[in-house]
Amino acid sequence: MTNTPQNITRRQLLRGAALVPVAGALAACATPASKAPASSSAAPVATSAANPFGVAADKPLEVWIFDGGFGTAYAKDIHQPLFKAKYPKAQIKIESTKEITKVLQPRFAGGNPPDVIDNSGANAMDFGALAQDGQLQDLAPLLDAPSWDDPNVKVRDLLDPAVVEIGTYDGKFAVLGYVNYIFGVWYSQKVFRDNGWQVPKTWDEFLKLCETIKKSGKMAPFTYAGKFPQYLYEPLLTMAAKIGGPEVLVNIDNLEDGAWTAEPMKQSAAAWAEIGAKYLMEGTAGLDHVQTQTAQNKYKVAMLPAGSWLENEQKTTTPADFEYGMFPLPDFTGSDKMPYGTLHTSPGENFIVPAKGANPQAGMEYLRAMLSKKAAGDFSELVRTVSVVKGAGEGRQLSPGAASASKAVTAAGANTVTYRWQTWYGQLKDEAIAATGELMTGGLTPDKYLERLQKKADEIKGDSSIKKFKR
Amino acid sequence: MLFQRYRRGLFITAFLAAPVTLYLVYVISPYIQAFYIATTDWRGVSATPSFIGFENFTRLFSDGIFWKAVRHNAALLVLLPLLTIVIALFFAFLLNVGGGSGGREGVRGSKLYRVIFFFPQVLAVAVVAVLFQQVFRPDGSGMLNGPLMALGIEPIGFLSNPGVAFWSVLGVMVWQAVGFYVVLFSAGLASIPRDMFEAAQIDGAGRGSLFFRITLPLLWDTVQVAWVYLGILALDVFAIVWVMTDQHGGPDFSTTVMAAEIYRNAFSYFRFGYASALGVVMFFFTVGFAIISLRLSRRERIEY
Repeated sequence: MTNTPQNITRRQLLRGAALVPVAGALAACATPASKAPASSSAAPVATSAANPFGVAADKPLEVWIFDGGFGTAYAKDIHQPLFKAKYPKAQIKIESTKEITKVLQPRFAGGNPPDVIDNSGANAMDFGALAQDGQLQDLAPLLDAPSWDDPNVKVRDLLDPAVVEIGTYDGKFAVLGYVNYIFGVWYSQKVFRDNGWQVPKTWDEFLKLCETIKKSGKMAPFTYAGKFPQYLYEPLLTMAAKIGGPEVLVNIDNLEDGAWTAEPMKQSAAAWAEIGAKYLMEGTAGLDHVQTQTAQNKYKVAMLPAGSWLENEQKTTTPADFEYGMFPLPDFTGSDKMPYGTLHTSPGENFIVPAKGANPQAGMEYLRAMLSKKAAGDFSELVRTVSVVKGAGEGRQLSPGAASASKAVTAAGANTVTYRWQTWYGQLKDEAIAATGELMTGGLTPDKYLERLQKKADEIKGDSSIKKFKR
Repeated sequence: MLFQRYRRGLFITAFLAAPVTLYLVYVISPYIQAFYIATTDWRGVSATPSFIGFENFTRLFSDGIFWKAVRHNAALLVLLPLLTIVIALFFAFLLNVGGGSGGREGVRGSKLYRVIFFFPQVLAVAVVAVLFQQVFRPDGSGMLNGPLMALGIEPIGFLSNPGVAFWSVLGVMVWQAVGFYVVLFSAGLASIPRDMFEAAQIDGAGRGSLFFRITLPLLWDTVQVAWVYLGILALDVFAIVWVMTDQHGGPDFSTTVMAAEIYRNAFSYFRFGYASALGVVMFFFTVGFAIISLRLSRRERIEY
């Protein structure tokens, strides 16, 4: 009779292991348990003009802010106090993260998402997936509600119309872009003035300017965030729309046959490939946005394509007299479909209210507060950018870059274009990023480049598992 | 008698209960669930994914990028162990046996080198990745391109040229792995009886024959272990590629690997069902590799 371990047979060991409660294993699931959805869509209290969504005065509100280029101070110091002043009894919790998906995707799967999310940044959640699963609150009531400041003006009338277009998924307005991103070519007004360089109005002038800068030996003419070629397909697409009209981009968004290989796209791709071959700063392909933008701040390169967030992003490295300026894409031919000054603008910093959250009414009310003149104006000043609320920047002290971008928007008037395929079809975006890098470094000819993107677009069109959108 | 048997079982169960439960809950159960998720169209946010059978698997066969990733993993599977083991054996031999006349001494300063070689192993993978981003910078601030440009040579796009980027990744992985295997092989060398080397030297063997006739055959077991470890490293490489390369596996998907594609499909396209299907395929590749390597390594040992 021994008790040495040798006496334990494998059979006994397995039997012992079987005694271990297996139930615990089943309780830990990566897949969601389908739970009866909380029926929170009905307003808990009666609605009124002052309280259009029927917000319960004491129900807590949970807000998640993307902690990116704009920081989180604007939510804590501008938006929260405004909401709190109206609903002093409500507990309001502002949380922030750089990793929206990692933090919040499990909460959606678990059926308890927060009430407001700033779904932005490189790790934002996929809007298509959220829309497909009915996770987004319909924000139409917000558009039709009276504005925070004036009961006679609807929220809809305060907003840039692009906000509603861009925020609509499946015919439902569900995503509120808060910042108006304005795209163009950015330069130092001081450098241009000191060297007598003129903002080019036509593509020929642009090429001549590049040549002049190159010959001057003072700096490289052009660069872009080589590691992130989406910075370059932006002007390429905008110029194609300028040549062939906004429908060039609409066709691409709608995955139409031959949309990428259309003539305006060919002209634009060939034009930018020439820039890639002749006028790029050395090493561009391997540098990221911060490195190239900092090179511009150090006067190593004259121009780069970017959006109106640039000035705020670079505030720590920009010399005091740098004087950011932005110009729209030059005329490509004398017969471009759209006039000089045409801009690509796109609402960004996307706020959503989850449909299955605990308190969607307060979520919408919070957005309504954000769209007040005071909130939007304070925001613009704090983060040096342009908000989507019309006239919110009036009478405010704008920095040179923001002023230049605002002026360009006013000059463009109704001549603005935009595209949405990159948020709708992530796979196409990654393919375009990869291919654009190749185009600019000479690995792909303009024709091969467009053929490759057309092929990917066709592939997505034929893939039944990918939800399709139309505009 | 019966009580004794029972008590022993209880004793074992008491010890095993906690670890086996944890293992079942956190390892086995997610594995099984991944197989289930692979047969659904789950996009990560829905509470009720619907079953779509083997659709994800049929889709996967025409996914060019995934197969590109598989090819990169296959290339790593061959090259990473080969290069690492050759370099590590060479260093281990020099550090332990290859020095001068004695035959049992390393080259001068070998103790210091041993420490230096192990340094990369101590660094976290993410640190190594960020470090090499700087080393590989394409402009004058790059550690490699700076000197090249000073000599008037065109800078090399180590990470920005799709034809070069894969080799940069391989280089970093070898750089990081070599140190550990130098130590492993040194330990193996230490267990080879000294008289073998002495006998061989008396018979007139030079460094070359010492290595190929004595060291390598007697280290063969250790080399096989290294091969399996490095093979697994090559199959599940992720962090280096994701952190170091442009566009996470780029440029133009030239460095992407299976794990990166799984991550991309799950967390940037929100196709959790499809990503799980890729994971299942990767699982079978890994199991296949394990089986093959176990079969091939069944070989008679040299007893000494």
